[in-house]
Amino acid sequence: MDWTLYIYKTVFLLIIVLVTLVVAMYSTYGERKVAAFMQDRRGPNRAGLFGLLQPLADGVKMFMKEEIIPLTANRKLFILGPSIAMLTAMLTGVVIPWGGTITIGGREFSMQIADLNIGILYVFAMVSIGVYGIMIGGWASNNKYALLGSIRAASQMISYELAMGMSIIALILTTGTLSLNDIVVQQHGMHWNVFYQPLGFLIFLICAFAETNRAPFDLPECETELIGGYHTEYSSMKLGFYLFAEYINMFISSAVIATLYFGGYNMPFIDQWGLSPNMLAMLGTFFFFMKIFFLIFLFMWVRWTLPRFRYDQLMNLGWKKLMPLAIFNIVATGAFYYFTELK
Amino acid sequence: MQALTNRSKVVSNKKMSFMERIYLPAIVNGMIITIGHFFRKKATINYPEETREFSKIYRGQHVLKRDEQGRERCTACGLCAVACPAEAITMISAERKPGEEHLYREEKYAEVYEINMLRCIFCGDCEEACPKEAIFLTDRTVASEYERQPFVYGKDILLEPLDSNLRIDISARQTDSVLKFKQNKRFAHNK
Repeated sequence: MDWTLYIYKTVFLLIIVLVTLVVAMYSTYGERKVAAFMQDRRGPNRAGLFGLLQPLADGVKMFMKEEIIPLTANRKLFILGPSIAMLTAMLTGVVIPWGGTITIGGREFSMQIADLNIGILYVFAMVSIGVYGIMIGGWASNNKYALLGSIRAASQMISYELAMGMSIIALILTTGTLSLNDIVVQQHGMHWNVFYQPLGFLIFLICAFAETNRAPFDLPECETELIGGYHTEYSSMKLGFYLFAEYINMFISSAVIATLYFGGYNMPFIDQWGLSPNMLAMLGTFFFFMKIFFLIFLFMWVRWTLPRFRYDQLMNLGWKKLMPLAIFNIVATGAFYYFTELK
Repeated sequence: MQALTNRSKVVSNKKMSFMERIYLPAIVNGMIITIGHFFRKKATINYPEETREFSKIYRGQHVLKRDEQGRERCTACGLCAVACPAEAITMISAERKPGEEHLYREEKYAEVYEINMLRCIFCGDCEEACPKEAIFLTDRTVASEYERQPFVYGKDILLEPLDSNLRIDISARQTDSVLKFKQNKRFAHNK
């Protein structure tokens, strides 16, 4: 191992963290704008040009607010909750291939921090740990609404993780690899997995909505029933961490969906453009982010269209609809490859 | 049972078809609706910078008019107070002293003229009752206050300024039919 690689990886890691934070910050702004536009309103437009400084103002507000830890709360776990939520949200970005390889002076720099050969499993592991942030936070609050919210969150995320995993198994049957980079490379051109696995994609998308606690699956934090759910007792930046972690999760899961089903950093007609490989890599990253932004918009679009599920409907959909569909998808995919031997 | 209106609907509990049960077409339809609203003209305006246009005959804060020479038109006859359904208007009359002819148009004038803006319902009956064309409602809105007392507007607020540039324009209230009505000889003394 040489030092250039270490330095490059460290710098790239910092860049990814910063980009993630900035995108999540402006997702809050985007969310409010999208919500406003879909309701024939204008949205935030006072702080700076078009209200672009609004996220900064919100951040300052969050930091300035009084920080309250309830007397009856478990102090250590109370602080640990939002930390875990934030940490696991940030960790997933490590395995996502943000772009191709750039060659500078004979050295190859991969735009992926760690090309794990079990990348998909790593993503799942992180998502699963993410539940603990909500669980611990809700339990440590010593508040019945917070506890109810966290129980809902735990059962919802566990239920939907199953269907999500099943949809991924079908995807792995088509790709034959667990490495995210290999999956992206296979989708070169227009061979996007969404065309080979439409049903799997649909299941994965629905589960991604449920995993990120976004509407219509935002039961853990529904304001009307649980006055905020698991973060009822949280204030100041600890609350900010929870809310922020949700937006980071949204960004990361959009990136995962784009990687798995929409060809990652691939773009259509990539070979016909005749550009240098470095240019293509940069352009690929740009396209990747375009896909991510569209998916984030889709998240918001759905949130401001659909009403929230009832709890039994949620469980019904997860266990009785998505699970059998996912299993059917696995069997169908397996049978297809067994009989056609296309692979 | 006989229906009371023809609007009642028979509730049907029919089974949903397959397309309805998978919900996806309905979700897509809903999303088309929301994206349609996304590009629609906004219903809200940037308030302090833009204001909504008032109706031409909007009835807002009152004005006590002066005539061309800057004399108060009001003679404290009390007809507006009688006409007021909310009993918002009170006044105390006084007699014009020699040497005050440039201030008051006729021998009698209102020393105190108060409208309680919390009682006022802005119906415009005072304006209609006034035989001297002294009181009009304008397109100005009554400012908000923290207490009740400031809402009793006296002459200092109601009376229009002497400066001819700062006069309150009430021509919008003088619609064609009003002007035609006022051409009657009986009102010639107001001119």
